[in-house]
Amino acid sequence: MGKENNLKAWLYLLPAFIFLVVFMIYPLIDVLVYSFEEGYNFVSQKFFGIGFYNYSYILHDPYFLQAIKNTFIMVIITVPISTGVALLISLGLSSIKPLRKLFQTIYFLPYVTNTLAVGLVFMILFKKTAYSDGLVNLLINWFGGESVDFIDGPYWAKMFVMCFYIIWVVMPFKILILTSALASVKEDYYNAAKVDGTSKSRTFFKITLPMISPMIFYLIITGFIGAFKEYSDAVALFGTNLNAAGMNTIVGYVYDMLYGNSGGYPSYASAAAIILFIIVLTITCINLLVSRKHVHY
Amino acid sequence: MNNYLQLEKKTKIKNTVSKVVIYFFLAFWAILVLFPFYWMILSSLKSYAQYNGERIPKFFTLYPTLQNYKEAFTTVPLMKYFGNTVLFAVITTSIMLMVSTLAAFAFARLEFKGKNLVFTVFLSLMMIPNELVVITNFTTITNLDLRNTFTGLILPSVTSVFYIYLLKENFAQIPDELYYAAKVDGTSDLKYLIKVMVPISKPTIVSIVILKIIECWNSYVWPHLITDDEAYYLVSNGIQEIRENGFGRENVPAMMAAVVAISIPLIIIFLVFRNQIMTGVSKSGTKG
Repeated sequence: MGKENNLKAWLYLLPAFIFLVVFMIYPLIDVLVYSFEEGYNFVSQKFFGIGFYNYSYILHDPYFLQAIKNTFIMVIITVPISTGVALLISLGLSSIKPLRKLFQTIYFLPYVTNTLAVGLVFMILFKKTAYSDGLVNLLINWFGGESVDFIDGPYWAKMFVMCFYIIWVVMPFKILILTSALASVKEDYYNAAKVDGTSKSRTFFKITLPMISPMIFYLIITGFIGAFKEYSDAVALFGTNLNAAGMNTIVGYVYDMLYGNSGGYPSYASAAAIILFIIVLTITCINLLVSRKHVHY
Repeated sequence: MNNYLQLEKKTKIKNTVSKVVIYFFLAFWAILVLFPFYWMILSSLKSYAQYNGERIPKFFTLYPTLQNYKEAFTTVPLMKYFGNTVLFAVITTSIMLMVSTLAAFAFARLEFKGKNLVFTVFLSLMMIPNELVVITNFTTITNLDLRNTFTGLILPSVTSVFYIYLLKENFAQIPDELYYAAKVDGTSDLKYLIKVMVPISKPTIVSIVILKIIECWNSYVWPHLITDDEAYYLVSNGIQEIRENGFGRENVPAMMAAVVAISIPLIIIFLVFRNQIMTGVSKSGTKG
């Protein structure tokens, strides 16, 4: 009976197991191996040595350094702003009754839209062409500012659109999580606070914030991870040639190395992916350490 | 008494003011969210000449035209992209569902040696970012000569550890008594899974299916790496292709028509399954 059960269970697991081994576990080991194989040739599948050359190559590649810089700037700007604004919006949502459902539905829309497609709209809104300065520049002009080309113009302008779009895309998830976290705080606590005549701000900092701190913290961690893996939003705004636009990200660099005009170097791609993984892991560990001190479970 | 009334009036005013501020703020964000959608629909209804004639873009149009939609579906094979994406989404989701249900059943219902160890390994795989495994998968699929095939597109997109976990949690909540009763009746495990467990877990399964379909509809990176033949493009790659050399760079209204066409199916799915999607996402968000 025992043996038969064992066999049966494995039979049920088999399909999932095959998929995971072939497309996750094996690639995981393989990517490490790749990253240390020097001078790997994709066509002949040969290499001539083992070592850190791939890492040293990409760490000296100006495109990679640019990608790291871009990614870090995006992370540092978008994670705090999106989390903070999402918190404000969720607080606003939980304090109103009429129209709440409608607002929630609207806020969730970006989650179900194709980021490549909507990115195109953002590009049109911000782009300055020979025909027209575009809508955003029109607004800037109304307020007395000068037109800026946000898509092919100066670095900070491109970075602004990029961050704006990233925030627009990640907000639905954060608002949803925070609204449900706020809804799960027991009414009793608020009632008790009311009876005691506690002020609104005090209630917020002493009750609401500690109660939802695990969720805020969860959003910060996933936000960091997600922002470090930023790629397709950049493609949506600036096209596939991100290096030329100076807006490449680490993940973008990995894919460029793998495939496309400058591709065919899986070893460099692997080394870059491993570096990304190490960065994400480090940041997550730091986050976990910080949370021990500040999060109330 | 007078004093008390005054105080009450004051609080009332204060409350009204804060309500107004809150509504103003919420409406502002709603406009920021909705505006791109409005703009794409508006631009898609303007004629080519009208759009390019507006040095200062207008917020409305008096002469809407459907010409751009006609162009979007005839100049580029948009219909083909749609068909590809639907096929890709349906097959990927079905295989994912079958594989995950079987695995979740084994973890939730069956006893076997090393179950805990295997489950821990499964869970730890959830933390592996896709970017790390894409490189080898790309090589594997290329070496198998599966570039520009649906098999190559679908196979690596099937795996989804998280959904196995979600289903397992759901299955585990179904009382053991049902299982033993079915066993006494001589029902086989597979029949019990299909006739009892799956129907009971229907809400979870529905949200998993919808989330996976959304994921498929929006997937860009893998299809971009594995297809360079237009006949196998999905909508994301199609839209990127349109952007880079579709209708000629300047035909923005036709581009916007394509964007609207691509966005509408998901928005309809969202409006119909609003609750399932939102609970699904918040559940998957709180997996930690």
